[in-house]
Formats: sequence, structure tokens, C-alpha cells
Amino acid sequence: MSQPADLIPALEEELEAELLPEAGQALRTGQRLRRYLPAILLFLLALGAWEMAVNVFHIEGFLLPKPTVIASTFVRELPVILPAGLFTMREALGGFVLGCVLGILIALATSRWSIISDGAMPFAIAVNSTPIVALAPIMNNWFGITNPLAKMSIVAVIVFFPVLINTVRGLTQVNDGALELMRSYAAGEGAVLFDLRIPNALPFLFSAFKVSSTLSVIAAIVSEYFGGSRDALGVYISQQAALFHFAEAWAAIIVACLMGVAFYLALLVFERLVMPWHVSLRAAEE
Amino acid sequence: MSHSSPVVSVSGVTKVFGEGDSDRVRALENINLDVHPGEFISLIGPSGCGKSTLLRLIGDLIKPSGGTVQVNGKSAHQARLDRDYGMVFQQATLYDWRTVRKNVQLPLEVMSYAREKREARAQEMLKLVQLEEFSRHYPWQLSGGMQQRVAIARALAFEPSLLLMDEPFGALDEMTRERMQMELLRIWSQTQTTVIFVTHSIPEAVFLSSRAVVMSPRPGRLAGIVEIDLPRPRAFETRESAPFFEKIVEVRECLRRDEVRVASA
Ligand SMILES: Nc1ncnc2c1ncn2[C@@H]1O[C@H](COP(=O)(O)OP(=O)(O)O)[C@@H](O)[C@H]1O
Ligand SMILES: [Mg+2]
Repeated sequence: MSQPADLIPALEEELEAELLPEAGQALRTGQRLRRYLPAILLFLLALGAWEMAVNVFHIEGFLLPKPTVIASTFVRELPVILPAGLFTMREALGGFVLGCVLGILIALATSRWSIISDGAMPFAIAVNSTPIVALAPIMNNWFGITNPLAKMSIVAVIVFFPVLINTVRGLTQVNDGALELMRSYAAGEGAVLFDLRIPNALPFLFSAFKVSSTLSVIAAIVSEYFGGSRDALGVYISQQAALFHFAEAWAAIIVACLMGVAFYLALLVFERLVMPWHVSLRAAEE
Repeated sequence: MSHSSPVVSVSGVTKVFGEGDSDRVRALENINLDVHPGEFISLIGPSGCGKSTLLRLIGDLIKPSGGTVQVNGKSAHQARLDRDYGMVFQQATLYDWRTVRKNVQLPLEVMSYAREKREARAQEMLKLVQLEEFSRHYPWQLSGGMQQRVAIARALAFEPSLLLMDEPFGALDEMTRERMQMELLRIWSQTQTTVIFVTHSIPEAVFLSSRAVVMSPRPGRLAGIVEIDLPRPRAFETRESAPFFEKIVEVRECLRRDEVRVASA
């Protein structure tokens, strides 16, 4: 994948070990606290430094609001930014599902004929490394600026390529010995697909899902910066920023972060349900 | 033995890889071999002499460039379609996403056995390889030797008439290897399956086989066949008996005679 492939698994292991402890070795609460104490302390320290710096250097509130101000704004604005967040999340999810379904279907169709997938892969990989979100204004024109479909289609396009690429890889990068085994059973193509290729593709697919979950939230918000419904989080952020209401913008950004993380975690749980064997295999290999 | 009709009959088989290329490889030349029901045949020779190629030709994983391979009186291709082969390779190639039990059931699923029949067969096979208590484990939770036993159980699950094994114990340590050889002989005597077993270990070939087919390279051909009439059941003591050493010497001589012949040619 053209995504930061090295970073993602490392991050994933961290998250997994922490949030779903039964996968790795379960850390006891005390151990866990001790392990994460430095990070928590550092975070609190940074917030304190931020707060102090704004006070000491008399930084204008509209340039960099204090964390305490952001926190109180967050609480005050929650009735507005939470529904906005959900609105945007729906776009991200809708686009995600659309992109995944298309990516998987096309991968299944093309990997059947290696000539097509071999020919198409370089293009898919090339397109995947372009800033697809730059298409946002065009989609806004096509579907209408307030139509959630405009954002969903951007998200879908962004999700489509990693899912397509990974699914094709998973379906085609099958162990030769495993294929010969199937051949020795005189297995039909259906059996090879369902008993070998698809299970083989699942880990590839989930790694695409996880990368795409983050991308889809980013894509939905960024495409809203180019204009969209008043109910959308990206529109809220860009409008508040334009009005120099930076505390409000920061509060909304917190919501965006939480959505991205929640989506990612939901996929980790889903992965565990679908492929318990793979999650434990990974844990065992560590 | 020789009066029963052969399970495998290889006649005049040649195999050339990359035919027409400048770097083509003559992997096998004029191979003739009959294997009789219930025999345990090993193919032995230095690496690159075409043992795997011959095994794969018999199993219809590749096609010969010339000559014919008959299995159970039909073409190798038809025999594969009739599911006459069980195969075990150096890598166990178990499916990560299946438990041990489900791995053994894989061929049965592909061959559309009924569910109860599948469960029963898998149970029976795991008992045969003495891994019943691991039926719900995943492959990565097993040692290499245990994985290879699962692969054997899987290959025997659909009662193939012919078991093709390509250096199945090649990746195991010496101790495990000797234990697995005993296991295999026990299974072979219980199931009465015909086995063709590829190895490059002379003691392994002698300990297991009823006949050792000695091969030599460039181009791959048969250098000789050594009858191994050591008494059965073979056991730990067999490896320390004088006839065992005599047979080892005989196989080694056969390999060396051919080397000398190739060198002087
Ligand atoms: N698929 C292939 N394509 C080209 N050459 C091959 C192929 N398979 C085997 N060979 C060649 O055929 C010869 C015999 O190989 P093989 O049967 O694997 O030997 P062995 O199993 O005795 O070590 C070797 O020279 C090998 O390089
Ligand atoms: Mg070989």
C-alpha cells in the first residue's frame, strides 16, 4: 500500500494490546498505569505549558485559545458540534461502505482474470497515491454542494483504491503449495475461491479497512471545507475559523479526532469477530 | 507382488522444462517404473535429480513431455479427478484460518462429504495420527512435527489409494524425524495405502521402504532399484541391525556407481 504501512501496524499493536488486552498478554491495571504514566504526564504537562505560554506571552485568544477555554467551549457547543459530527460521520460511513463494496466486487471480478488485474494494478496504485480529495469541488458541482452524496462519493473514491489493491493482492498472493493441494483434490474454482482465496484475502482486506477508516473521516471533513450543508462538522470548523472563533473550531476538531479513533476501534473489534485466528496469530508472533 | 496389476505405471517418461528455450532443463529422461499395491517406494537421489518432478508427474500436477503415466489403470489426470491421490509436501501447508479438525476436513468439504461423515472421518484420522486432543487448536499452536502429522491426516482423510510424499520430514529435527518415520510406518500398515516417498536421506529410505528407487541427475534417470527386505514391523532395533547397514551400503554403492559412470563419461 502507498499508505504509511510501517506506522499503521505499530500503532495497531499498541492500540490492540491496550484496548483489547485479551489479544496480547493482559496487562494488570497497575502495570498498565505505570506503563502509560509517562505518556499521561507528558500530555498533562504539554497542556499546562500551552496554558502557561498563552498567559505569559499574552497570545491573543483568537490565535491560540487556552486548553481550559477550549474545554469549556467544547461543553457549551456540544449540542451543536455533536449532531454536526454525526452528520459528517454518516457521510464518511456511507462513502466507506460504498467504496468497500465497489472495491471488493471489482477485485473479485478482475482477480479472476490475472491479465486484467495485472494490467490495472499499476494504475490503481498510481491513482491511490494522488490527492483524490482535490476532486471535492468537482463532486460538489456534480451532486450539489449540500448533497451528502457529493462527500460520500469523494470518500468512496478514496476508500475504493486501497480496498481494491489489497483485495486483489489477498486473492492472488496465495501460497503455491495451498493451490497445489486444492489441485490434488480436483477442487473446482468455487472451492478455491471460497476455501482459499477469500480467507487468504481477509487480513489484507482488514488492513485496507483500517487505513480507510481514518482516510474516510479525513476526506469527509476536508471536502466539507470546500462548502456543504450547514449541519456538517467541516463546514462548522471552516466557518468558525473564518470568524476567528478558534475555540469553537478546536472543540469541533476534538470531535473529529474522537470520531476517527472510534471508527478505527470499531473495525478492530469487527476484525476480532471475523478473524479471531488472525488476531491471535499476530499476537503469538510478537 | 509383481503379479498384481500396478497402482502406478510410468513408462518412457521424459520431462523437459522450458522446452524450446536455450536454458531448457532435461529434468527426467526415459523413466520406467511400476509400483504395486501396498508398496512403500522411496525415490532417493541428490538434490536436482528430478525426484519431485517425477512425483509431481505421477500426481498430475505437471504433464510429461513424453511417455505415459498410468495410475490405477487410467491416466494420471483421470486419477486426480477421481481423487486417487493424497499428497504431503515438505511444508505442511495447513490453512491458518482453520482449526486442526477443520484442516483435516478440508478435502472432505471440497469433495462434498456430508457433515457427519466429515466430522467422523476427521476424528478418526486425528486418532490415527494421535492428535485428538489438539483438534480445536490452530496450526500455529502446534510444533512442526505435529503440523506434519495433521497434513498426513488430511491427506488420508478421503482414503486415497496412493499417498505421494515429497520430503515430508525434511524440515524436522533428527529425533522428531525418526519418531515420524515410525508413525508413518504404523499408519501405512494400518491403512494399506501405497506410498511413494521422496527423500535424500539414505537411512530414511532404507528404514521406510520396501523398495528404494535410486535416481541420478543431469538428466534425471533411474540408477537402480534396491529391494529392502528387512523384516517388518520395523522398530528402533532395526536401525541398529546389521542388515540395515548392509542395505544402506547397497543404496550408497548404487548412488556412487552412477557418479563414477557420469564422471568417466
Ligand atoms: N518448474 C520448473 N521449471 C524449470 N525447471 C524446473 C522446474 N522444476 C524443476 N526444475 C528443474 O528440474 C530439475 C529437477 O528438479 P526436482 O525434481 O525439483 O529435483 P529434486 O526434487 O530431486 O531435488 C532441476 O534441475 C530443477 O532445476
Ligand atoms: Mg525436491
